[in-house]
Amino acid sequence: MKRKRILRLCGLLCGAALTALGILRGEPEVILQKAVKICLECIGIG
Amino acid sequence: MSRMHRDRLKRQGRLRLCVQVIAAAFLNGYAAGFVKKSIFTGKTKLFCVPVLNCYACPGALGACPIGAMQTVAGGKGRSISFYVLGLLMLFGTVFGRLLCGFLCPFGLIQDLLVRIPLKKLTVPRSADRLLRYLKYAVLLIMVLLLPAAVQNELGSGDPWFCKYLCPAGTLEGGIPLVLLNPTLRSLAGVLFTWKTAVLLSILILSVKIPRVFCRYLCPLGAFYALFNRFACYQMQVAEHKCIACGKCTSVCPMQLDVPQEICSGECIRCGRCKAACPADAIRTDFSVLREKQEHTA
Ligand code: SF4
Repeated sequence: MKRKRILRLCGLLCGAALTALGILRGEPEVILQKAVKICLECIGIG
Repeated sequence: MSRMHRDRLKRQGRLRLCVQVIAAAFLNGYAAGFVKKSIFTGKTKLFCVPVLNCYACPGALGACPIGAMQTVAGGKGRSISFYVLGLLMLFGTVFGRLLCGFLCPFGLIQDLLVRIPLKKLTVPRSADRLLRYLKYAVLLIMVLLLPAAVQNELGSGDPWFCKYLCPAGTLEGGIPLVLLNPTLRSLAGVLFTWKTAVLLSILILSVKIPRVFCRYLCPLGAFYALFNRFACYQMQVAEHKCIACGKCTSVCPMQLDVPQEICSGECIRCGRCKAACPADAIRTDFSVLREKQEHTA
């Protein structure tokens, strides 16, 4: 039970830290650039 | 199963269906995309949604986390996306696979198909146990490794999962856009035929095997499965109440031995077992730090 709580806290803290780090690295913009164009691979064209 | 529990199961099924339909409509709420034969280009696509929902769907308002992960892996830095990984860790730690059971649009499609009244197939236990590992291989190889390791002619990495496997992309993005947009239709070739064949196979199998894609192939399900055991949202069987009637196991879409496996990574928290239990032995709990003490499986 205690292990679960520790894992939960680790998951939340690591998740928040990684998200912040990703934002600092400018990843959301890279993703936005891909997401606003029709992804040809996703739709099976190229 | 008593009439009361059958009704309870039906009511719970209807309620879950409502939540799934609302979630799918919300995630794909840009109706104008279907009229304009194009996709949404707003800033909400900076954010990854917590489920498999293709950003090439004309209605999609957010980014697909699995597509986004491959985009960053195949980009200039060739690195894992901290942003997507972090968001998925947060979603996974809070909800676990509850997201698969209640919010995923492709899960909804499978849940609708399984309602077609044809005899269902039970996958032999040993094969089922083995096939479950396939989704982890898909996550590792097609989502994380190949996009970063293999360069295409443009010097970037292809999104291997999106390109060769993802049925959600074909269903939500490929088919509507190819039908609506004549330019895209003229470009559809061998790859489109392959992806359509993959989609059709999965859809046909979904009629006979509940949640077949979630069980064996979904990389996002695999990721959330890693968090299911300790996520804030939990389901447990109270051993002292369980009368071992097996009703929970008989209604489980993931073919789990519920008293033994409800805490495993495979449970999508659909709640069918809880609704079917005549002894009210299955309980749900949501907590970050508190933990209810009970005799549980
Ligand atoms: S164990 Fe219960 S909640 Fe989990 S998938 Fe099976 S029926 Fe749904």
